Amino acid sequence: MNIIGPDALVFGVDDLAACRQYLADYGLNDVGDGRFEALDGTAVIVRAKDDPLLPPAMGTASMLRETVYGVADAATLEAIAVELSKDRPVVRDGGVVRAQDDLGFALAFQVTVRRPLDMPAEAVNAPGAPVQRPANVVAVNQEAPALPRSLSHVVYFVPDSAKGEAFYVQRLGFVCTDRFTGVGPFLRPAGSHEHHCLFMIQTPPFMKGCEHFTFHLGGPTELMLAGTRFVEKGYESFWGPGRHKFGSNWFWYFNSPLGCHVEYDADMDQHDEHWAAREVPMSADASQLFLFQHREKWAPSGPPPGAGGPPKH
Amino acid sequence: MLLCHLDDVPDGGSRGFDPQATGRDTLFAVRRGPELHAYVNACPHHGTPMAWRKDAYLNAVADRIVCAAHGALFEIHTGLCTLGPCLGERLTPVALSVAADGSVHILTPQDTETSP
Repeated sequence: MNIIGPDALVFGVDDLAACRQYLADYGLNDVGDGRFEALDGTAVIVRAKDDPLLPPAMGTASMLRETVYGVADAATLEAIAVELSKDRPVVRDGGVVRAQDDLGFALAFQVTVRRPLDMPAEAVNAPGAPVQRPANVVAVNQEAPALPRSLSHVVYFVPDSAKGEAFYVQRLGFVCTDRFTGVGPFLRPAGSHEHHCLFMIQTPPFMKGCEHFTFHLGGPTELMLAGTRFVEKGYESFWGPGRHKFGSNWFWYFNSPLGCHVEYDADMDQHDEHWAAREVPMSADASQLFLFQHREKWAPSGPPPGAGGPPKH
Repeated sequence: MLLCHLDDVPDGGSRGFDPQATGRDTLFAVRRGPELHAYVNACPHHGTPMAWRKDAYLNAVADRIVCAAHGALFEIHTGLCTLGPCLGERLTPVALSVAADGSVHILTPQDTETSP
């Protein structure tokens, strides 16, 4: 199954105006009809919670209504429809195939809308390494856009992570890249080398839903810049900035009016069939290489206050 | 300890406060007319801050406190979680007194013991 990754996440929200403002300030482009796009066309879609076009709510606090996966081609789409039709209702709606996973999350599949991007990653110079940023190319640009490039991954709270993993691996061709014992697997679809586009966290059933989603930025500096701007707009930092161990991705999580955390992410590991999944118990130390916390800008400078006059003779 | 004036919290709205000047709001208050309900700014789920933006602690119709970590809903009067990861748990209340002139004080445990 040549599934590439999430094309969109659809939410049915309580405070639509707040969510629209939030997603625009996060850096997504409001293209109309509740659709907020990253640079490659992947998106978050927000609708009022009582919008009849939405799949039903899960009955928990979660506002996630549908996860839309982009696939490589029409043949893959057809293969998914045939596979899932074996044991569940599958609805075809134009070029979209809809079904539920084994945990009750609504899924949609479509030939991906992702537009190819042609943008440089953050370039770094270091002694002993080939020059990535040549002479007179300055790294820091206070005005750099630092916009979300592509929808990276979604994390679910699930009542049965083993059952969930079995569905995505056996029915949709995902691969487990790493695992937190007793918590859940990091899953990579066959059409992507990215460490994960789906992670599951085992929870009681009343928590079922979305824990967070995130978009990739161009590197750690863009992540710090975008997160700092978000804090300066009054948004509430939840966790970060820091760098995860599994996936190696930089992270910065924020509270949101979408009923889940929203993250900035950068520089995730890539894997292929030669990778052997690691497994460790979940802990703060296992979760992150390091963790920082935002503080207001200040700068050390010169003598103590009041002692800056010219020398007296 | 003087916290604010009643009118510093919009009627029907909410506001965060940082009385110890920690750099982050450590408590928040919700106003319903002359009443103020204040709680520690820590969701019972992870103990983390609850607003999604400065002073934004309520749902759209402003009849529930909402934690913007995972959408948990809490009764404004009781702090009881009615939906979400901390279902059945409660926010930690902060005792306030509102004087006739509208000045709002945080009551210390000592104040609470000596008040009638």
